[in-house]
Amino acid sequence: MSYSPTEIMTIVASRFLRTSDICFVGIGAPSAACNLARLTHAPGITLIYESGTLGTRPDVLPLSIGDGELCDTALTTVSVPEMFRYWLQGGRITLGFLGGAQIDCFGNLNTTVVGDYANPKVRLPGGGGAPEIASSCGEVFIIMAMNPRAFMAKLPFITSMGHGAGKGSREALGLSTKGPTRLITDLCLFEPDPETSELIVTAIHPGVTREMIQAQCGWPVHYAAQVGLTPAPTDNELAVLRDLQARTKQAHAA
Amino acid sequence: MAEFMSLSAAVEQHLRDGQSVAMEGFTHLIPYAAGHEVIRQGKRELTIIRMTPDILYDQLIGMGLVRKMVFSWGGNPGVGSLHRMRDAVENGFPQRLDLEEHSHAAMANAYEAGAANLPFAVFRGYKGVDLPKVNPNIRSVTCPYTGEVLATVPAIRPDVAIIHALRADRQGNVLLEGIVGVQKEAVLAARSSIVTVEEIVDDFGPRSANAVILPRWTIGAIVHVPGGAYPSYAHGYYKRANAFYIGWDAIARERETFAAWMKANVLEASADSFAGLAFGAGQSA
Repeated sequence: MSYSPTEIMTIVASRFLRTSDICFVGIGAPSAACNLARLTHAPGITLIYESGTLGTRPDVLPLSIGDGELCDTALTTVSVPEMFRYWLQGGRITLGFLGGAQIDCFGNLNTTVVGDYANPKVRLPGGGGAPEIASSCGEVFIIMAMNPRAFMAKLPFITSMGHGAGKGSREALGLSTKGPTRLITDLCLFEPDPETSELIVTAIHPGVTREMIQAQCGWPVHYAAQVGLTPAPTDNELAVLRDLQARTKQAHAA
Repeated sequence: MAEFMSLSAAVEQHLRDGQSVAMEGFTHLIPYAAGHEVIRQGKRELTIIRMTPDILYDQLIGMGLVRKMVFSWGGNPGVGSLHRMRDAVENGFPQRLDLEEHSHAAMANAYEAGAANLPFAVFRGYKGVDLPKVNPNIRSVTCPYTGEVLATVPAIRPDVAIIHALRADRQGNVLLEGIVGVQKEAVLAARSSIVTVEEIVDDFGPRSANAVILPRWTIGAIVHVPGGAYPSYAHGYYKRANAFYIGWDAIARERETFAAWMKANVLEASADSFAGLAFGAGQSA
């Protein structure tokens, strides 16, 4: 079956989720990947949305972070202060799953402004839960489509911290969580270099070349010694994802 | 003590120009009807506070009623930008908008500190990020027991909290269920409050002993506005009008279409007519 770049990105991301994960889910692409995992190989995954829903099992993807569907299908729903204090800061979440507007080679994210903060060229929505998701979750996955304006050598603003200026930055701030361990894109998979914490390409999606990756990236891309080939989406993965998206589209139009 | 009154009287008596107001709601129970009444009354120079300002705050900003916004995520969730907020921040239209920007964790903690009558909130956050460089209210304190440096933000103490709840009983006690957000904290942190409700009942009936209930002696005004959270939702009453949120993007993108929509649907409309769309079939923007 043929597939789109967004579909392979979502499917690859879903494959890394484990049934044992306690996952703090961002809206949009992370939410699609997390629910695809739940509907395929990770039925036991605990999905948590910052609106307070713990262990939710939505039938359609939420448009917003607090759609009624999330509460209706949750194990329990707590207040927002409790969510951020007991569950996130309390260290109960194994995996945070984020998207972003801009990223650098250490997995730092910008969702705040393009340009100067006081006089921005583009005012983005802001950080929301991301700054503390990035520091408090056991590890972080990031999902973003590649584009040279999004994959930047230097960010205008750091909204949430990845590996800071490189290896040791997180530890220097007293953080014991891992930070970004995977960056899943529409072209390839990045993982931190064990020596430098720079995100390097460890697997390339079918039909994608190194030239194509570099053309969409604002920093000089580095590669692992052994670069894998991403297995193409299976018919089952595509069918479940398309089903979910179709149900979602229908529900959101109502 | 909770007093039942009309929406126009509640806004008139409880909110004055120049005050700070938190119209809270986390996707669920956003107090649109009350916010629209604030717009109709033309309250000015407001400081608006909310974790997730969405379309309602876009409307307040676009109508030129806001001097400052305290927030942690400002967008149309799953859709895109708040175009009126962006026009104010990027172009100063219709007037300059000051921002005090936080993370969700900070604001949730700050509301809780306000409700707890503490001067500030302490939490583990803002590590390795740039917001503390642009928001002087983000500071730190050293733990006297462990030496750990922790982030602090001032407690949120709005002049007025405005929320929408599911039910009030005839004594004026208020019940919320579902995604309860920070509404309880916002009301308890505020000096006064307005609560709009879907329904007024003789008695709440069977309920969990742990349901979120705000006793009548914590509330200023109660107003019966069925559909008052539309186009957001009220759990068990009506669903979120996601199509409205999607359609809003095109309306708010241009100053003219925005102004025309506000005139037709808010300025020259009654609270009941817009809220009534919650119960209409397939209504959208």
